[in-house]
Amino acid sequence: MKKVTLLMTVFVLSLSLSAQGKKFVAGMKKNLAALDSVKKNEQYQAVANDFERIANAEKKEWLPNYYAGFCYIMLAFESPADKIDSYCDKADAFLRKADSLSPKNSEIFVLKSMAASARIGVNPMARGMQYGMESGIAIEKAISYDAKNPRAYLQKGTSAFYTPEMYGGGAKVAKPQFEKSVEAFKTFKPASEIHPNWGKARAEALLKQSEEK
Amino acid sequence: MKHILQYLPYIFSAITLCGSAQTTIKGKVTDHKKKPLRFANVFIKDSYDGTNTDSLGNYSFVASDTGKADLVFSLTGYEDFLIPLVLDGKEKIVNVPLLESATSLQEVVITAGSIEASDEKKSTVLKPLDIVTTAGAQGDIVGALKTLPGAQQVGESEGLFVRGGTNAETKTIIDGMVVNNFFYSSVPDIAQRARFSPFLFKGTVFSTGGYSSLYGQALSSVLVLETQDLPGRSSATAGISPLFASGGYSHLFRNQKASMGFDASYTNLTAYFAIIKQRPEWVDVPQSGGGSYNFRIKTSETGIIKFYSTYSWNHLSLNRLNIDSTNGYRNFFSLTNSNFYSILTFKEKIGKWVLNLGTSYSNNLDKISLDTNKIKSQNILAQGRVVVSRELPKRIMLRIGGEFFRFEDASSYNQYARNMQDNYSAGFAEADIKIKRVFVMRLGGRIDNSSLIGRYKISDRVSLAAKAGKHGSASFAYGNYYQKPENNYLWTNRSLDFEQCTHLILNYQYVTDSITLRTEVYYKNYNNFVRQVPVLNAQNYLPNTSLIPDTFNGGNGYARGLDVFYRDKKTFKGVDYWVSYTFLDTKRMYKDYPEKVRPTFAASHTASLVLKKFWVRRMFGAGLTYSYATGRPYYNPNNPVFLGDRTIDYHALGLNANLIRKIGKSNTVFVLAITNAIGNKQIFGYRYSKDGSRREEIGPTAARSIFLGMFMSFGIDRSKEVINNN
Repeated sequence: MKKVTLLMTVFVLSLSLSAQGKKFVAGMKKNLAALDSVKKNEQYQAVANDFERIANAEKKEWLPNYYAGFCYIMLAFESPADKIDSYCDKADAFLRKADSLSPKNSEIFVLKSMAASARIGVNPMARGMQYGMESGIAIEKAISYDAKNPRAYLQKGTSAFYTPEMYGGGAKVAKPQFEKSVEAFKTFKPASEIHPNWGKARAEALLKQSEEK
Repeated sequence: MKHILQYLPYIFSAITLCGSAQTTIKGKVTDHKKKPLRFANVFIKDSYDGTNTDSLGNYSFVASDTGKADLVFSLTGYEDFLIPLVLDGKEKIVNVPLLESATSLQEVVITAGSIEASDEKKSTVLKPLDIVTTAGAQGDIVGALKTLPGAQQVGESEGLFVRGGTNAETKTIIDGMVVNNFFYSSVPDIAQRARFSPFLFKGTVFSTGGYSSLYGQALSSVLVLETQDLPGRSSATAGISPLFASGGYSHLFRNQKASMGFDASYTNLTAYFAIIKQRPEWVDVPQSGGGSYNFRIKTSETGIIKFYSTYSWNHLSLNRLNIDSTNGYRNFFSLTNSNFYSILTFKEKIGKWVLNLGTSYSNNLDKISLDTNKIKSQNILAQGRVVVSRELPKRIMLRIGGEFFRFEDASSYNQYARNMQDNYSAGFAEADIKIKRVFVMRLGGRIDNSSLIGRYKISDRVSLAAKAGKHGSASFAYGNYYQKPENNYLWTNRSLDFEQCTHLILNYQYVTDSITLRTEVYYKNYNNFVRQVPVLNAQNYLPNTSLIPDTFNGGNGYARGLDVFYRDKKTFKGVDYWVSYTFLDTKRMYKDYPEKVRPTFAASHTASLVLKKFWVRRMFGAGLTYSYATGRPYYNPNNPVFLGDRTIDYHALGLNANLIRKIGKSNTVFVLAITNAIGNKQIFGYRYSKDGSRREEIGPTAARSIFLGMFMSFGIDRSKEVINNN
């Protein structure tokens, strides 16, 4: 009797656990589809919320935090100067959470670098130095954690691309990074269908642009 | 099998329990003005269930859990809102107004009297970089602050003369600790620079009055500076100019929790003076050298230890015309100064308390020769300070603390020596009480005690601020301020009392991202100023009398005026400019003044225009500062009216340009800066002979000054670090 009860409990539990797992993947997939179909910048907010809700339910998953952070970074890049910091604060909070769930994760450090770059936009004159450095440190870490991450080179190239030549940026400096990124994308396979798999088209477009300059 | 079947109902009921009792939750999310909010996130805490609001602020979703749950509303720029409810299958309608969060809609802050430069806080009038890039300031912290309303354009003495106060009434504070010798030691009629580089500091608060109980010992103003935290990475710097050479290195340890740095510099104006004609007759051209060392350790997420120590040395000598001599006799003046300063602070959050501890030590030695007379003056200041603060319920912020100062002063004149010590202590408490983020009241009190004069004073301070519209705020400040009499009086008289000043300030400020308008009216009432007797009549008034006069606290004075500041970053594309205007009406009877008059350091009208433009693509910036002040009183023994004469108006046009280039692996900034570019005649006052028959102008040391320099900064990447370590 007791055995059976125990068995039953385990059975019900595992049922609900795998259901939970399926729910997680299904939820993530749905949100990723929504992320792909964002047309207007403001829609990132809705998708960020969707990921936040998954993060809220799945306390051990870094991916929903990662994508929520990603959405806020996208919002920050398209915002007027006075809104950038509040979006970046949100992004950084999600990235800190993601980092604590999955330490030394190259993908998370790519986003950390992007968030720091976005903050420069508030006041490039005053902030270029501090956040430029912060962004650079994060991207070097991203590369050291996974030298094959194409998005790490994409971000390194992008920040160089938009840094004035006088400060050691420019198309010429950026180009080899875009090349590395495009090269890495050729062999890149995401760990699962919900793991980060973005940036290929952008890397190719930016490589083309940097060649034209 | 039978057993399993027996338990099937149990399983099903369990599943239904989890899945079927669904609760629909819907409602509307708005801001506090009932405007619908789109994209608000509405969800059940710790579950998947939730949704976003639509463009009308409406939401609706089905929660599958049952029992007690928390419904959360969140939206960027607004404060999260949480409502506990019971999910019981019955439809719930929850309408919620969200409060704008402090980061998007500025919380009301007390702005009366204070002008802040910070990158971290958004409502500030200036950014730290502004201090460095203001034309005419020549990289001197105080030079930039003189373009702000409230400060006077005084060219003959260093320091800040604020709202009818002398430079001695302004105290400089670094990380909470008073700095005794913030400027290079005084040279007669020649203003000196600040010893500290503006790059040391990440935040500056220039308070022109009504400041907090956390600070004392200043009748008029405090300049509160906050030093940098850990650097972002290791770097080396070098500066080269015909005037000076400097170098420094700052190392960020690999765990990124600690850093250390040092720098050294040497300045020699010989080459410069050969090109730019000087008014003073220099014997030894000014030269100075020094170095500093610092370390910073992050003890935890919230804790940091900072240490900074610096030593500097300088020497100069010149001949000054003796105005009483008929045959052109010159007095010799020579100054050799050595200064040591060191500060250690610790900040940590312990539970709900934030603890700030600090200690500092400074030792300043001036060796002066006046003709054949030798004067030695040494000031030592050791201090310790503790401040604890915490947020109490109902938005009350409490700060309590105490500080202790040990002053040791020694001076000698040829063979005559004297010394004095003061154990000075103070305790203070202050509470900020916020009401609904639109109103704040600060109540503070402070007690100061000086063992040297054997007296204590209690000062009370109150400020209020209220939001007026989305961008505006109005503040009021009232406070009593006490200051120990200056040392030169205490040498001869230790029964003197504290000097006293009452401040009343009304402020209105309108701040958007691109425009800042700040207006302030104030009234200050001074009492207990130290006076000297015998007070001579106007005809016999002798500045710098060599007699040892009797002194008593019999003086008084007032200052009232209007300050206006307007900054605009938007109207002219790429151009950032600010205009400030100060009206000052002040009279005082103090020192050896025979009557209550406008003092020599106070102009009625002062105005500045600061203009900056930066061409990002060319990495080139240029700036202009134009300052104007009406004439100031000066003493003329031929005029029966005491201080009845006025100097000519003051005009100064400063220009600067900086070019940023990547040279090798360094970011290099070339700086060219010119003060008084047009060469306007500037007269700060006159020195008269005793009989009034001859006089000499007091003016700047040169018609204009030119600075050309190159600053290089090398970021050091980690690969090099690894190589260096092996």
